Amino acid sequence: MADEQKPEGSQAPPPAGGEAAKPAPPPKPAAAAAPPKPPAVMAATPWDSDLAREIKERFGDRVGETSTYLGQNFIVAKPDAPVSLLEYLKIEANFDYLVDITAVDWPKRPERFDVVYVVYSFARNERVRIKTHIPEGFKLETAVGVHLTANWLEREVFDMFGIEFEGHPDLRRILMPEEWQGYPLRKDYGILQQDDRWVQENLGIESGQ
Amino acid sequence: MPDATFLDSTELVLNMGPQHPSTHGVLRVILKLDGEKVLGTDCVIGYLHRGVEKIAEHRTYTQFNPYVDRMDYVAAVSNGLGYCLAVEKLLNVEAPPRAQAVRVILTELNRIASHLVWLGTHALDIGAITPVFYCLREREEALKILEKYCGARLTTHAFRIGGLQYETYDGFEQDVRDFCKMFVPKVDEYEELLTNNRIWKARLVGVGILSAEECKEYGVTGPVLRASGVKWDLRKAQPYSGYEKYDFEIPTGANGDTYDRYIVRMQEMRQAVRIMEQAVEAIPEGPIMGKVGKVIKPAVGEAYVSIEAAKGELGYYVVSDGSTQPYRCRVRPPSFVNLQALDRMIRGGLIADVVAIIGTLDIVLGEIDR
Repeated sequence: MADEQKPEGSQAPPPAGGEAAKPAPPPKPAAAAAPPKPPAVMAATPWDSDLAREIKERFGDRVGETSTYLGQNFIVAKPDAPVSLLEYLKIEANFDYLVDITAVDWPKRPERFDVVYVVYSFARNERVRIKTHIPEGFKLETAVGVHLTANWLEREVFDMFGIEFEGHPDLRRILMPEEWQGYPLRKDYGILQQDDRWVQENLGIESGQ
Repeated sequence: MPDATFLDSTELVLNMGPQHPSTHGVLRVILKLDGEKVLGTDCVIGYLHRGVEKIAEHRTYTQFNPYVDRMDYVAAVSNGLGYCLAVEKLLNVEAPPRAQAVRVILTELNRIASHLVWLGTHALDIGAITPVFYCLREREEALKILEKYCGARLTTHAFRIGGLQYETYDGFEQDVRDFCKMFVPKVDEYEELLTNNRIWKARLVGVGILSAEECKEYGVTGPVLRASGVKWDLRKAQPYSGYEKYDFEIPTGANGDTYDRYIVRMQEMRQAVRIMEQAVEAIPEGPIMGKVGKVIKPAVGEAYVSIEAAKGELGYYVVSDGSTQPYRCRVRPPSFVNLQALDRMIRGGLIADVVAIIGTLDIVLGEIDR
């Protein structure tokens, strides 16, 4: 059930030996320089609830596993599913507040990005995360039609990761300057890296460093 | 009677900011005007972007802790609390009860300090000069307690992952009690200046209305949501750090206008005092640090943890790959999401209301741009 997480653990070797993925124990401080262990995997358990069953029934194989980790529920969806899932959750299950959209970059995985949607229901006082894995260049459908707040959130994901959203009304950079080259939160973008040409043209200095 | 094309030609695009005192930082708003009427806005943000989320990936969990204070620098203690709770969730540990009680006191103190900055500057924007002096005077008292506790006034770095670094100083409880006793009459004083003031009401009532439905659509949280009549506060809905032990109300408004948001925040300051009064009388004895190793190394996994900050829901989505550094640390800033509703609130209003509405959203650009 946790197979979707395997690439995550395997692609980034932790510097000091991966901690075994048990849910409960806090990390031991003395674990440095331990012999390399098999790749760690998020120890999520299946999420057993009426909602999870209903989603599985309605969406079939467009959703993968529905899991719980540390008491937080998440759904892994196929790239074409998140927006219809959001719509379903909003209209039929009362998840009327889109909390956040963000992404995580796993450069060594064929589906490079995780795009994560967090929704909350005022009526049920419940939070659910929807995760989808997409390859580079894949265009996700925009969620603006379901939740207006997705507008800026998707713009930020586009700005930081270069993930495009099909049908977004105004997909421009939001935090970085509009002409900036590169997507800062990708893992292959160095922490000191910058768009030298932009800096020279706009700030009149050789380098911002 | 001018025809339509003539009207179109009078449309004026006006730039406001980023260097404008009423934008509370470096926010640039491009306003499309027809005379005094606002037809639309476009917000340009990012002037304060420092790449905090990128920095997180290159620091250890402990090293990143002070950075979060630089986001919402007006309420740095809340930022620290949210971050510590998120990492504690990943580690599956909880701060000991004594640490939780001290955390609640300092966070509520900081909420008051944050609301006082909002009140002072909001009133100043609207033209009432006196409140800002009063507010900063009382805020000073709150900051003094923070300074005595951790040595810093603004970027406090008050909490550590797993609990607290410092035991409370001698006389901490008395200082908090004195503050509570001093502060409630001061709120009455501000209200005397403003609540029934005719000019204040003329500038606020019916301005920048946001309905409960619109709030949910835009993901707006915090006092702005509550002023629209939604009785929702994360401290009650999903209590953290022992908030379920304290008796307090969630103030709400009915009309969702700027005046209601003012009333809600004034009430929230009173409620914050109530929480502090209860917490300070019941600080349990015991350790202040949970069972956390010197090296923070959570198991592979992820967690989204959010708290009710002074501005709304502040969330941290932290992904761990089992190393000592966060693989990804996403901050869900309340100001960023709330600011998106600005256009909806201003559209159709008057240009003079723009500063009132920016003020009532209580944004901090450090948090929006990160």
